Amino acid sequence: MASTAFDTHLHEGHHHPSMQHQFDSLEQQKESSTLGMWMFLVTEIMFFGGLFVSYVVYRTRFHGVFALASSALNWRLGALNTAVLIASSLTMAMAIWAAQMNRRKLIVVFLIITILLGSTFLVVKYFEYAEKFEHHLVPGPGFQLMGKTYSGFAPDPEHYSQLVGKTDQAQVFFSLYFVMTGLHALHMIIGIGVLTWLLFPSRKGKFDSSYYNPLECTGLYWHFVDLVWIFLFPLLYLLGAHIHH
Amino acid sequence: MAEHVSSPKMYVMVFLALLVLTVITVAVAYQDLGAFNDIVALTIATVKALLVVLFFMHVKYSTRLTALTAVAGVFFLAILIAMTLNDYMSRGLVLPIPGK
Repeated sequence: MASTAFDTHLHEGHHHPSMQHQFDSLEQQKESSTLGMWMFLVTEIMFFGGLFVSYVVYRTRFHGVFALASSALNWRLGALNTAVLIASSLTMAMAIWAAQMNRRKLIVVFLIITILLGSTFLVVKYFEYAEKFEHHLVPGPGFQLMGKTYSGFAPDPEHYSQLVGKTDQAQVFFSLYFVMTGLHALHMIIGIGVLTWLLFPSRKGKFDSSYYNPLECTGLYWHFVDLVWIFLFPLLYLLGAHIHH
Repeated sequence: MAEHVSSPKMYVMVFLALLVLTVITVAVAYQDLGAFNDIVALTIATVKALLVVLFFMHVKYSTRLTALTAVAGVFFLAILIAMTLNDYMSRGLVLPIPGK
């Protein structure tokens, strides 16, 4: 099959404008770019993996404090962002479907919706971070978990007493929260940047069913970032949900 | 070999399944199940991850080499977690920790 593709390549004397010389066929080229992207995603799994491992180590050590500290996070905003990200994954997948169907204008539409949903996620994240700064929940000299009651964090006195002398452990939770969600947000920003850059060739009609590798690879990256959040949401936001009703 | 094209209907079904699983994971978190809270949360997250990888990331329709690469990533992560916990959870079991 590969030799057939090679023969046509030679006989025609010209090939698809998006095909690089080193490939025998567009199919082989797509295969290579998808594999290369997955190789990169494996390094990304290990990149986030280090943080997940430190999370697991400290969660097993400071089990109860992690649950109490987690209840200071607003799970409703976390759940909202989960839905927003899942929706953006759907529109990303639909942008690729549009390319496979040769619906060039629809590609641009779906990319724009994906960018808007990604931006919505970051805006919600901004308000969450701002709230944490206001409530002295950022690790450092000003960190204060106890004696503060506000909407979203009001464990009963019995739970307060469990936290006496354990502020350091709670700071570990919030350090992990900021580093993990921060690194995730950085990936979102990069993803939005790449999607915006893809708008230009998409508008020019560069992508159709014969060639859409940049869309496919960016899609893989975008879904990966969604995957990380799928694990971050229960691990960070839902640990203490059963504590305060 | 023709490229597999997934239908919008299937993508929407996956999307809805992911939303339903998110609602379930929140509902379960509100119950105090002890250690099972973490197990259930991680199981649901893994099912959601599988849906994303298989359908949104097209691994179900990709070559075996691509699927193997994805599995290799998870495999190395499992080694990282297992070996690290093997160390942390067994400290002081055989010999006393110096200074403690």
